[in-house]
Amino acid sequence: MSSVVMNQNKKSAWRRFKDVGWKHLVAWFAIGVAIFPILYILSASFVEDGGIGEAALFSSFTLANYVELFQDPSRPFGLWYWNTVYISMITAIVSVFISATAAFAFSRLRFNGRRAGLMALLLIQMFPSILGLVAVYGILATLGKTIPILGLNSHWGLILAYLGGALGAGTYLIYGFFNTIPKELDEAAKIDGATHSQIYFGIILRLSGPILAVMVLLNFIGTSSDFILASIALNDAEKLTLATGLRAFVSDPYSKDWSLFGAGAILAALPIVILFLFLQKYIVSGLTGGAVKG
Amino acid sequence: MALSNSDLRKRRSYLDAAGSSSLRSTLIKILILGLVNAVAVFFGFIFFLQQNWGFLIGLILLVLVVNFVYFHPRLVPAKYLVPGLILLVFFQLYVVVFSGYIAFTNYGSAHNGSREDAITAIKQSAYIPLEAGPYYYLSLARDGNGDLTFLMAETETGKTYAGSNQRPLTEVSLEVDEFGNPIASGEFTAVSPEESNTIQEEIIGLRVPVPDKPQNFIATSDALTAQMFEYDLVFDEAAQTFTRNSDGVVFAPAQDGFFRSTTTDERLPTGWRVEVGLKNFETIFLDETLRPPLLKIITWTFIFSIGSVVSTFILGLALALLMNDSRIKGQKLYRGLIILPYAFPVFLSAYVWRGLFDTDNGFINMGLLGGAEVPWLETETLARIAVLIVNLWLGFPYMFLISTGALQAIPGELIESAKIDGASVWQQFSLVKLPLLLVSLAPLLIASFAFNFNNFTLIYLLTGGGPSSGDARLLVDPGGTDILITFVYKIAFASSDGRDYGLASAFSILIFVLIGTLSWLSFRRTKALEEINA
Repeated sequence: MSSVVMNQNKKSAWRRFKDVGWKHLVAWFAIGVAIFPILYILSASFVEDGGIGEAALFSSFTLANYVELFQDPSRPFGLWYWNTVYISMITAIVSVFISATAAFAFSRLRFNGRRAGLMALLLIQMFPSILGLVAVYGILATLGKTIPILGLNSHWGLILAYLGGALGAGTYLIYGFFNTIPKELDEAAKIDGATHSQIYFGIILRLSGPILAVMVLLNFIGTSSDFILASIALNDAEKLTLATGLRAFVSDPYSKDWSLFGAGAILAALPIVILFLFLQKYIVSGLTGGAVKG
Repeated sequence: MALSNSDLRKRRSYLDAAGSSSLRSTLIKILILGLVNAVAVFFGFIFFLQQNWGFLIGLILLVLVVNFVYFHPRLVPAKYLVPGLILLVFFQLYVVVFSGYIAFTNYGSAHNGSREDAITAIKQSAYIPLEAGPYYYLSLARDGNGDLTFLMAETETGKTYAGSNQRPLTEVSLEVDEFGNPIASGEFTAVSPEESNTIQEEIIGLRVPVPDKPQNFIATSDALTAQMFEYDLVFDEAAQTFTRNSDGVVFAPAQDGFFRSTTTDERLPTGWRVEVGLKNFETIFLDETLRPPLLKIITWTFIFSIGSVVSTFILGLALALLMNDSRIKGQKLYRGLIILPYAFPVFLSAYVWRGLFDTDNGFINMGLLGGAEVPWLETETLARIAVLIVNLWLGFPYMFLISTGALQAIPGELIESAKIDGASVWQQFSLVKLPLLLVSLAPLLIASFAFNFNNFTLIYLLTGGGPSSGDARLLVDPGGTDILITFVYKIAFASSDGRDYGLASAFSILIFVLIGTLSWLSFRRTKALEEINA
């Protein structure tokens, strides 16, 4: 670097700090606060003795916890992982399909009660699922007496309970997307003699494929992080999901194992965090859709 | 252009059923409906065999509706709405209606089922051993069906018997060993000591009925000897009352769903479900014991939800203002890192923070505060502060995201003209940016308030509502960080014998009305409604 440039840099250094530099400092501080608990649990997952008493982060390193995680038959982490993935995936795909189907009716068809239906959907979205917990528990218990596979302590019963909230979860958002697909497209198809089902499956679903895939992944993130419904629906160790199972490592004061929990948490969070960052812009637009426009 | 009649018909028919379906799609439709019907017939058959008429009628109605809608040439909107609506009816409408109904009952662990269920349970709940005997030497065996069976030799007479839950006491001829215990033979195979160790509960729970003596049964407490017991509570079909043999006290059914003694204050533990009118709501609003802890919980719920919204919004907005500067290099990377807490699943964050705040070993005490012993989650005030800190950490990335979005939507000309008019940076913010932001973000802030008002997961997983208040007057312990929804959860699910679904549902309804009203008010202000009305 030539001395002339150095000189110029020196002159403007304070000015540049006042303009932009301090913002970098504040940003790094905010990032520090944001990621320190995550670094902490990452560090805990590498600690050998299982305690949380480490005063310094990353003071020891072993991958033993990640191996041990898969070797305890009374806390089958691998099974929990698989349970979470398939329960959430089935729930996500089916519920987005159901929502999209209903959204098509609201967007393209005209019928009595359409406006009232849309209003009802908005309100249902606001109904906190935990308030209906007693009733959902009752439904599953009753169903299980006749059809055990749809009852308590069964994955299909839990999926059914998740699907119960399907219509409220995404219909309104998908309805918004469908409205952005030009109506002229289906008008043209109509004139060519296409049926409503051909328009739905052939045009609308196909054109909104990417956005529906995003909806599926968002729904997947939400379902796989659910604690409440899963905790009342599932009992047996081999039936649990990650959210309910990982509790075993930290809730019992006598068998607390923070290193194992850390390893489990890192493995559980990794795909979700990656998905989330990848889908960030959709999450923001979905969250603020109605609000920022006005 | 003139349209022919047939053209018109074609046009109209599109909205209803549209033109001719292709053969393939018709086949697919028939195939799927056939599958649905086959599954329905299968379940219908099960319901029929179990004589579950309510389910059967419901299923038949469901099948009729589905077939009618999909085979009807019109009803197009219904074809698209039915799958979602069926689930909606069962899991949302039914849930709301059911919650509404049980709020007016005493449904709970003490009032779980019908009166018949209660009578059966009570009959078996109290029994006394017959001091005079008979006593038996006992061996464990399995009979031809694999059922656990008691093989018994009476101590006085030496007669040998067999009996199980299904098989009333019957005399069988068996050899006995040198201790007097019968030896399994014939259809019976002995249960090994290893196996009996694993089925202890089944052994203790086994009650052998005695023929011609419905009040008696044989049971064991040590798996080596058995003895005769007598049920203490006798039900009188005609009078519908229970009489306790040992002291002659009579229990009659009372209005509140319990058998109550006609002479003393005593009642039998198992009750049945009855409608109690407004009693649950009276408890909420009028009960003197409940009021002080309830008021405390409600106050804290508001402090928590408003405090969370305000703190996360201020921090998120400040960061958004700061980062909304195209001169910052690595802006994207910064944003990605700042929103990490929002991407991390909440159930994991809650556990991680629980570890961080641990008094003896937590990193905050050990690492950051150099070995201090601050009892973070153990005293009420500190636990509340901890909860607010954690929720600030969890929530500010969301506020950062939505504030950034809203800031970028503010037209640049507005800021430019404010600058030209000589507004200071603070004036630009407080007079131009903030009002515009608040207009667009107000509905989201209200939604965030509603969300935190019911933020069950965080409180439940971080502190479990604790620390305990030590208040033993209520069935449920009102903890220092309990918000309304976790308190309601405790009422409904916390203990195994003190569950009160009725009271919990009454609370749920009140919370829903509150949150519903708030949401309704905020929705009225949003663009969403204008779109519907268009």
